[in-house]
Amino acid sequence: MSLDNFIKKHASNWMKEGKGEYSDIVISSRIRLARNIDNIPFPQLADQNQQKQVEKMVSETIDNKDHYRFLLMSSLSYEDRLTLVEKHLISPTLINESKYSGVWLNNEETVSIMINEEDHIRIQVVLPSLNLEEGLQVADEIDNLIESKLEYGFDEQKGYLTACPTNLGTGLRASVMVHLPALVLTKQINRVLTAVSQLGLAVRGIYGEGSESLGNILQISNQVTLGQSETEIIDNLRRVSKQIIDHELNSRKYLMEENKVALLDKVYRAYGILSNAYTITSKEALELLSYVKLGVDLELLDGINPHFFKELIVITRPGFLQKLYGQQLSSEVRDIKRAEVIREVLQKK
Amino acid sequence: MLCQECSKRQASVHFTKIVNGEKMELKLCEVCAKERGDLDLGHGEHFSFHKLLAGLLDIDELQVIGEKVIEKVTCKNCGLTEQVFVNSGRLGCSTCYETFGFKLNPLLKRIQGGTAHVGKVPVRAGGKIRIKREMQNLRDKLNLCIAKENFEQAAIIRDEIRQLEKETERGGS
Repeated sequence: MSLDNFIKKHASNWMKEGKGEYSDIVISSRIRLARNIDNIPFPQLADQNQQKQVEKMVSETIDNKDHYRFLLMSSLSYEDRLTLVEKHLISPTLINESKYSGVWLNNEETVSIMINEEDHIRIQVVLPSLNLEEGLQVADEIDNLIESKLEYGFDEQKGYLTACPTNLGTGLRASVMVHLPALVLTKQINRVLTAVSQLGLAVRGIYGEGSESLGNILQISNQVTLGQSETEIIDNLRRVSKQIIDHELNSRKYLMEENKVALLDKVYRAYGILSNAYTITSKEALELLSYVKLGVDLELLDGINPHFFKELIVITRPGFLQKLYGQQLSSEVRDIKRAEVIREVLQKK
Repeated sequence: MLCQECSKRQASVHFTKIVNGEKMELKLCEVCAKERGDLDLGHGEHFSFHKLLAGLLDIDELQVIGEKVIEKVTCKNCGLTEQVFVNSGRLGCSTCYETFGFKLNPLLKRIQGGTAHVGKVPVRAGGKIRIKREMQNLRDKLNLCIAKENFEQAAIIRDEIRQLEKETERGGS
């Protein structure tokens, strides 16, 4: 399969769609709701029969099955599961859960209903650009549909009851994935992050909890789930995100006006390496891709497909590369193939 | 310097633990540090996060309230023991929130902004909550009627309460 066809077939909507508010800085917006069925032990403690029962109960609530497909983790290869994580369609936790862990994915790949993750049910909606409101609305509708058929664990005071007390209450984790290269280059990023953490928000790396911040991409999400309503949570996150975006835009302006030579040097060196390298690690690739993307955003580089960044940050990950080449690859071979894919995408005019 | 645990290998991990404001410092080699399990070296961030959470729980051997010693609690529904709960920081099922509420509430104050849910209420539970609140309201009225010796009105209210009780038993919303 050609690379173009591969991308068309395997890219999710958030990777393909470039329109929307702040779409050059906000890669995607994500909403996640954690829910559990009343009285059945949470997945970590449930036995095989109970997990199977949960899988069946939740699956029966999915109405329009034409729009969804079900993927049982235990029936997928490790590479396929990894690919789902790299596309942000499932959490890294789901990979290692039980025999009856699975996910209902809608055809557009914007909705994932994870079963037997840390909680029985995790409804996730991922949309391109800054669009938390629509995400919450979609998640809310799915939640209502499931809840009309299942009894959730819920307490008047504590809200939705979850396996981990950090999700108690709304069970809502809202996050935005942002690309902030200028804040990193101007060394403003740490000050911004400190301020964010003081506002009850958390900052994480590209693949969520415990992951590294690679390629100047960060995920900002709400920390508190109890004592605030869903709309308050996303409103707060949205306001803070907007301010961070403004800082990033100001830093870009500053770099263009006051430090253009250094900026051009950074962008063109990154472009030079990426379009000529014959072997490259995932970490180096992400870092350099970030500066090429900055160059494209600031119109210093032209002729590059506007979606290249979102596609490449996913396609150059280990699971995806192996899928592209249809075989298991050692890390040395992956580095070679990664360089090949990047050269091909960047050379397209 | 040498590891404070085995006194053989070179200490490479400096470990500071603060419990109730008391600072404890340890210098360990990597092998002993891993064995202690107090800290996670690089892998399994998730695990260490739950450890951290569990560390916020009160892990006294026995909980004494007044003169009464509270025995260790086990969840009737899923069988989660207090020991497992304080070690993992995770609950076993929705019933655990009642069972371990006394341990959990102080933790919630620390990790969450508030302790009362103000967000979405599921339609089913919402119905029950409404019925529960209405029943409490009626019981208050009933007591007031009895106190005023208005038995005729009390009988009407009693019937209303019974009607609502029947509805809840049927799982009505």
